[in-house]
Amino acid sequence: MVSPSREEAESAGTEFTLDSSEELSGDPAERPGMGPWRLTGRRLRRDKVALVSGVVFLLIIAACMAAPLWADKVAETTPEENHLSDQVLIDGKPTDVVDTLGKPIGPTWSGHFFLGADSNGRDIMVRLLYGGRNSLLIGLAAAIGTIAVGLVLGLLAGYYRGRADSVIRWLLDVIWAFPAVLLGVALGTALALGGLSIGPVTIQGDSLAIPTLIIAIIYIPYLARPVRGQALALREREFVEAARAQGMGSLRIIFSEVLPNVASTLVVFLPLLVANAVLLEAALSFLGAGVQPPSPSWGTMIAEGVDRIVTAPHLTIVPGVMLVLSVLSLNIFGEGVRDALDPRARVRIEH
Amino acid sequence: MSSDLARFAIRRLLSMLAVLFAVSVVVFLIFNVVPNGDPAVRMAGKIPTETQIEAIREEWGFDEPLYVQYATMMKNLFTGETVSYFTQQDVVEEIWKGLPRTLSLAVGAALIWMAFAIALGLYSALRAGRFSDRVVTVLALIGISMPVFWLGALMSYYLGYKAGIFPASGYVEFSDDPFQWFWHLVMPWTALSILFIGFYSRVLRSDILETMGEDYVRTARAKGLSERRVLLKHVLRNSLIPIITLWGLDFGAVIGGAAILTETVFNLQGVGQYAADAIGQLDLPPIMAVTMFGAFFIVIFNTLVDIAYAALDPRIRLEGETSR
Repeated sequence: MVSPSREEAESAGTEFTLDSSEELSGDPAERPGMGPWRLTGRRLRRDKVALVSGVVFLLIIAACMAAPLWADKVAETTPEENHLSDQVLIDGKPTDVVDTLGKPIGPTWSGHFFLGADSNGRDIMVRLLYGGRNSLLIGLAAAIGTIAVGLVLGLLAGYYRGRADSVIRWLLDVIWAFPAVLLGVALGTALALGGLSIGPVTIQGDSLAIPTLIIAIIYIPYLARPVRGQALALREREFVEAARAQGMGSLRIIFSEVLPNVASTLVVFLPLLVANAVLLEAALSFLGAGVQPPSPSWGTMIAEGVDRIVTAPHLTIVPGVMLVLSVLSLNIFGEGVRDALDPRARVRIEH
Repeated sequence: MSSDLARFAIRRLLSMLAVLFAVSVVVFLIFNVVPNGDPAVRMAGKIPTETQIEAIREEWGFDEPLYVQYATMMKNLFTGETVSYFTQQDVVEEIWKGLPRTLSLAVGAALIWMAFAIALGLYSALRAGRFSDRVVTVLALIGISMPVFWLGALMSYYLGYKAGIFPASGYVEFSDDPFQWFWHLVMPWTALSILFIGFYSRVLRSDILETMGEDYVRTARAKGLSERRVLLKHVLRNSLIPIITLWGLDFGAVIGGAAILTETVFNLQGVGQYAADAIGQLDLPPIMAVTMFGAFFIVIFNTLVDIAYAALDPRIRLEGETSR
């Protein structure tokens, strides 16, 4: 969980430049003077692989949103309901959901227990969909949190320089230096036991907010550093000088002049941040410090599965495949977005 | 070493110490402000009496002000007298026990991922845009998208438990049996390497393609050098710098705790797994010690890379403060 040298992180940002659009304009449709966002949209539309990946990810989200529908109408159970002593019809014969040796049934490929049951007799398909909600929700929320905080820190440090810059840079160094998984797990475990109460805000120990917060903090330097580097360069540009000459205040310049110019960096970062946040959530949950049982998430499902991999390997395989599929589709889509915006941009995030 | 480089190095080392200090304070505070974090209550057993708890508090110094407790803990850490709250084991000794295991994992994996990344990166850059390049790209992205603990668990089950090719888990000392040491580490090395192979080969590919367009490469070709010579002497040499940088940083991170998942899945009993076990009990001294140990490796490799860069590029030392 480390990163490139500062220099590299700094240059990781992306910015629209004239030459980058000239270099790529093999297509006569990309005529000069076209707005950068339209250009990007056009390039992205030609990248079929990226588009398909984006659609796959949206379909996964849609399926997870429809979790209650599947649970109510098709599986007729809930993600946390045990069916230890129940039976289900397979080929017309009643079969134990969990047999006397504790081995759960595998996929039935029909409404009830579509993907089989876990060792508590819970419906895996239902847990998979509800677990996906938790995993993706944490991933999205954490990525947005990272972007919000990282953006503000990066802009302030880069624009004001001086003391604010020193303090923020040092803060980023400290976050950077933490062994992230280790700290995430330590924090997650400690908070899961007692929850968190700061003043009037109380967060329950099993709240999803805890892993979200931890993940969001860990990735802040990955975003804040390149944003700072860009702000540092942008503040010297003529249009910022012009704004200053007009008597605009610093904050207004930051948000109306500098911010729009780092927007492309944010767009490139978002899918990759979500992908990595989902993976980190799985890792934390695997070590018992993320989503707390009996709530499902893909990470907790894998963790439960690994304990019983010998009797029922499908408990490990199923959530893992979903996890890889979502992260992979996001990564491919993210690469497509990056190539469309600025092929030379370097983005590096690690889980 | 010129004097401005020395000054740069000293500045970096000082800021490194400041960062380590901050890390230690933050970890210490986290475990002292979390609810249910009071170690005395948990050490006293299942049904503790108030007097028992008080006695433990006094004995271990939990009744002292926080800054005194912090100072004691840090002092013990450096003199090697830190003792676990629950197992009463010497923490530094336990870390020393785990270190060869973590190092075996990290060094082997680092060599593997670098070798494969260079081969794959070079191959796909030379075949850029062709079908084989696409295949490598997809494989690399799949590698980046797989959680190491999932991959490790499946490998351990299918290749270890079911097929019996490799031992499913565990570690054998190198001095006991070098072959078994190697054989036990093959799967952990592979599982840990895959993510990095995927990542580095992508970075190398784009660096090579970028370097190929440079003027000095055109010059080298124009003066009649063989394509192979141009590639090895001019292109690869320059394109390797970024991933060698990453290599140093990631190696520090893997020793400093990033291998925790691999160690746990394959039950290697390394430093990371020791920490994971301590975390489960909220046992502060080992958590503190391993976090500091991990942060130390991360920061030292960061600093070394920075200093190496400054040694190679004088602009960084002079502008270091303003441009970073």
